[in-house]
Amino acid sequence: MDLLSFARGPALKVALVIFVLGVVWRIVGFALLRIRRDLSRPRASMWKFLSGGVIAVGTRSWPHPEFIARTGPGEALGYSYHLGLFAVVLLFTPHIIFLGSLFGFVWPGLPSSVITVISVLTLTLFLAVLFRRVTNPVIRMLSNFDDYFSWFITMAVMVTGLAATAHVGAPYETLLGLHILSVDVLLIWFPFGKLMHAFYIFPSRAINGAVLARKGAPS
Amino acid sequence: MSDTAGAFAANLAPAEVRTPEARVAGAMKGFVQEIGALSAFRLESCIHCGICADACHFYIATEDPQYTPIWKVEPFKQAYKREASPFAPVFKLLGLKRAVTADQLEHWQRLLFDSCNMCGRCSLICPMGIDVAALIEQARHAMFDAGLAPKELYQKAAHQRETGQPEASAEPYRDQLLEIGRKFGVDMPLDKAEAEIMLCVPRTDIEHYPSAVAALARVMHHLNASCTFRSDGLVAENYGYYAGGKEWQREISLRLIEQAIACKATTLLVPECGHAYTALRWEAADLYGKPLPFKVRHVTEFLADELKAGRLKLGHAGAGKTTFHDPCQLVRKGGVTDAPRTLMKAMGIELSELKNHGGFSFCCGGGGGVLDIERAAPLRYRTMENKLREIDDTGAGTLLTSCSDCRRTFDDAQSHFKWDKSAHSLLELVAASLASVELGA
Repeated sequence: MDLLSFARGPALKVALVIFVLGVVWRIVGFALLRIRRDLSRPRASMWKFLSGGVIAVGTRSWPHPEFIARTGPGEALGYSYHLGLFAVVLLFTPHIIFLGSLFGFVWPGLPSSVITVISVLTLTLFLAVLFRRVTNPVIRMLSNFDDYFSWFITMAVMVTGLAATAHVGAPYETLLGLHILSVDVLLIWFPFGKLMHAFYIFPSRAINGAVLARKGAPS
Repeated sequence: MSDTAGAFAANLAPAEVRTPEARVAGAMKGFVQEIGALSAFRLESCIHCGICADACHFYIATEDPQYTPIWKVEPFKQAYKREASPFAPVFKLLGLKRAVTADQLEHWQRLLFDSCNMCGRCSLICPMGIDVAALIEQARHAMFDAGLAPKELYQKAAHQRETGQPEASAEPYRDQLLEIGRKFGVDMPLDKAEAEIMLCVPRTDIEHYPSAVAALARVMHHLNASCTFRSDGLVAENYGYYAGGKEWQREISLRLIEQAIACKATTLLVPECGHAYTALRWEAADLYGKPLPFKVRHVTEFLADELKAGRLKLGHAGAGKTTFHDPCQLVRKGGVTDAPRTLMKAMGIELSELKNHGGFSFCCGGGGGVLDIERAAPLRYRTMENKLREIDDTGAGTLLTSCSDCRRTFDDAQSHFKWDKSAHSLLELVAASLASVELGA
């Protein structure tokens, strides 16, 4: 079995199983902890409680005006590379074909040349993110293995994907095999580290928004 | 002796024979048991972006990364990951998360108590929506359980739990309350068997601002309200909340709850005290174990409603250009944003808002018990500079607030910085405004 067959055969299957089970367990594992009922008398109605949660999902997407001068550039950098990643993962035709085989439907993609430009830009932004992580004293202090490995494996997926598309450095099959193998590793790592924020971000915002709305406090 | 060792020594009960390490281990276990699904989710969601630093006045003033709010709970994140997270066995088995040590907490005592006002501004900035302040409050519980609450907070909490007063006084607060009534010529409703509204009072007001205590009584008389103070539930503050002693916080809250029930009150009126509002309005029911059989309201909320109902008429305050400091516990953590502005508007006050106001207001710097921690004073003064600058920038000649601890913090700054302003009580202004209405009538 060659590298490509291994990467998109048994390795991918194992990775997907670990990914799905791991993600489910990571969510169920803490959701099984005690949920305390708040016995204080709410200020807001149930409607405001619920709508406060939904609104916070949107409002937390961008800093409040009071904070934007300090956090705007960092958040813009973060959102930019996320958008780049989404575009490359979801709008590159070979990815659409692969995802279509999993989900049973396909959607229109962007031309390869556009995806290449987006990939290079995203890769550059990703390097900037790492530079910021190691040079900003606050972020450097907070960072641990999870942050660096999550960065590394995502970067590996991007670099191998770009190399495979450009046919640079090795035969296409080898580069594609490395690309898919790096995706396998990413899927296996996903439930254990910070990549889980993809699943947490909206519920987390919604819960805090609802809790604050219950008090009539700003969120 | 290090500060930590000192704290251990100060806080250990005489019969306590466990080593500091054993107490820390117990506290961490307690932390992960207390944590519940909601806080676990908060800890799980952190992406280490560090954005919360940009909301914290301690970080903004010093640019010292250790004051990053989420960093203040780092040992507790570590304990959660190791002991209670979904992959805890993996972390433990592979040694990826080490057990929290007493030495490690030595540093964190200052981060959690001296450099956090529990103001909740960090909870408004997190792009993941994490309520960092809630995590810090839980971390304080664990620090208390480990014997690591700062001695000033611990001692006041212990005294309040024992006697109802955070500190001994020459005369009991009950007697001081009556003396304030005599001095200011207002009848103090005390120990009535039944009343619709139970009143309580910040000990800060009794000791530093007796005119604010008189103002509360005067306003209630003006409204002809059925109300009473109760000798056995007089003090609004809760030093158990500050110190992180959850059981002590419960016992201190119970004094007020039981008195309110005893006099069949339908409302417990919280005076101008921010953290008392959090402790009674949002936390007391959980500690009591069931919903409170009465409403808990801040005095400004109550008066704003009386105003809207037409039972309260206010005259022109004549305060000139005025700015208002929003107490964090009332606004950001409590939702009492509009009531003080309604009252100021009714008194014809020309309000010049701070650059950061309402829910985004910076803390005065004294909240969370920081004002009481002596060694924290230099850092507190440093963080206050930004707040004082904002106040000066409004060009207002009068500074109002609705929390006596904020007021005391500003007055302390006035003395330290030779600042040309002092903070005034909104309630006192309301009472003064009533006098002008009564004279007019």
